[in-house]
Amino acid sequence: MQSDTNINETATSNPAQQKALRVVALATNFFLDTAQAIGHTILNLFRTIGALSVFISRAVMHCFLPPFFPRLVLRQFIDIGYYSLPVVGMTALFTGMVLALQSYTGFARFNAESAVASVVVLSITRELAPVLAGLMVAGRVGASIAAEIATMRVTEQIDALTTLSVNPFKYLIAPRLIAGTLMLPILVLVGDIIGVFGGYLVSIYSLGFSPGSYLSQTWDILEKMDVISGLVKAGFFGFIVAAMGCYHGYNSGRGAQGVGAATTHAVVSSSILILISNYILTQIFFS
Amino acid sequence: MSPKKPKTLQSAPATKHEAQSESIKLRLCGVKKSFGSNQVLRGADLSIPQGKSLVIIGGSGTGKSVMLKCVLGLIAPDEGSILIDGQEIVGLNARERDRTMRKFGMLFQGGALFDSMRIWENIAFGLIQGRGMDPKDAKEIAIEKILAVGLRAEVAELYPAELSGGMQKRVGLARAIATNPEIIFFDEPTTGLDPIMADVINDMIVSSVKDLGATALSITHDMASARKIADYVAMIYQGKIIWQGPVEDLDHSGNEYVDQFIHGRAHGPMTDDEKKLQKAA
Repeated sequence: MQSDTNINETATSNPAQQKALRVVALATNFFLDTAQAIGHTILNLFRTIGALSVFISRAVMHCFLPPFFPRLVLRQFIDIGYYSLPVVGMTALFTGMVLALQSYTGFARFNAESAVASVVVLSITRELAPVLAGLMVAGRVGASIAAEIATMRVTEQIDALTTLSVNPFKYLIAPRLIAGTLMLPILVLVGDIIGVFGGYLVSIYSLGFSPGSYLSQTWDILEKMDVISGLVKAGFFGFIVAAMGCYHGYNSGRGAQGVGAATTHAVVSSSILILISNYILTQIFFS
Repeated sequence: MSPKKPKTLQSAPATKHEAQSESIKLRLCGVKKSFGSNQVLRGADLSIPQGKSLVIIGGSGTGKSVMLKCVLGLIAPDEGSILIDGQEIVGLNARERDRTMRKFGMLFQGGALFDSMRIWENIAFGLIQGRGMDPKDAKEIAIEKILAVGLRAEVAELYPAELSGGMQKRVGLARAIATNPEIIFFDEPTTGLDPIMADVINDMIVSSVKDLGATALSITHDMASARKIADYVAMIYQGKIIWQGPVEDLDHSGNEYVDQFIHGRAHGPMTDDEKKLQKAA
């Protein structure tokens, strides 16, 4: 006991040792805090994946089990599909126009200007139309779905549905999932046409291409798979946007802050998932 | 640290006594519910005889709303049993739960009206979507209920945002009784209303419950409301029912916790418990 005290006294009276001990303590604390933060993040990630999987399984199951609400599905077709048309159309049009300009200036360096039509149509149908439409719809529709459902959660309207013998998954979630999955491919098909048309406009009126040869080149290079792969991607992206909006809205926190957070999370998570799944789907289709 | 049990603690003696002579519509036995480490319900026991109105009183955060949500099936209890007409409702599958929900009507604290629907659609919602009634017939019933809660028929075509708080409560009440439920739940029915409107709502609750012959379970802080709408009163404290009895016995319950609460005293056993807990923490 006496010797311990002596050692401690010696240790504490030596400033260099004191400093070393403090550094070791700080380093240990930093290491433990970091490990704890990583552990929390990993656990939260697994918890979220689990909760999301259960939510999506339930939602998909309710899409196929009666009772069905065709009127609500129709309303979502209009909300998600029809009202997104201007945004998707504008995005596709200007993307096609910019693509024609950029590819022309790039290919001019290799005397390959004639490839503009091919680049425009393939880029639009395979990648740009589905991804940009997905991202635009995530911003417009995903946010609106999350905000609406989160507000219903906060104001107890979802609880009210349950007490009125109506399953919120059938009434709120399933129609949005169905509409999201079915409407985005239609939007992308329209976007494909408008995007190619945008490239055509620039190529003909600004870059001096001949209309006949531009169109024939476009038509010759285009294969069924290019369009189909874009539409399949769009279906996935539509599902992702609707599912993320519904999930974050349904599980939102209380109050205005909860609604705001749900909206932000819905847009961010659906955008990231769209980009990740785009890579995976591209690998599947074209590898 | 669990609080000291009050000396005058009674475990629902009044309705136990009544239960022998009257059939019990709703019974809770040892219902427990925790959220993480926060134990909200610690074995709540309660019983309501058929056709009677029971009001649960208690401070904020004592577990009133959680208990109500457990009964409504919005939250699954961790332990315990909830019986409706003697039938267990905890752990029912979706279809059976839907069937049980048809016996329920609920007036939410904030009304919880669907803001995208007209008033009549709100009231008729349970009839059309829940029971498959023809919308025309459901609208007629909705207008009947609108008149029954003292609103004009023209209100039927308005949206919830166009109504005052008191009118929204009335619409919420009309929606709760539209399906002629066997059990009606009222969550803080008079919160946020002026005293006159609160009394109007209380009168409507009493008359609606009597007209339907329904059993009612309400939760409230408002003692005037509790005295008006209750046949029985139960007090919840720290997740347990610490006293239950006829409303006439409320003023001489012999329970110091109940006395402190109903007289709204700042000092008493509840605040002492709180101080002890704070010290222990």
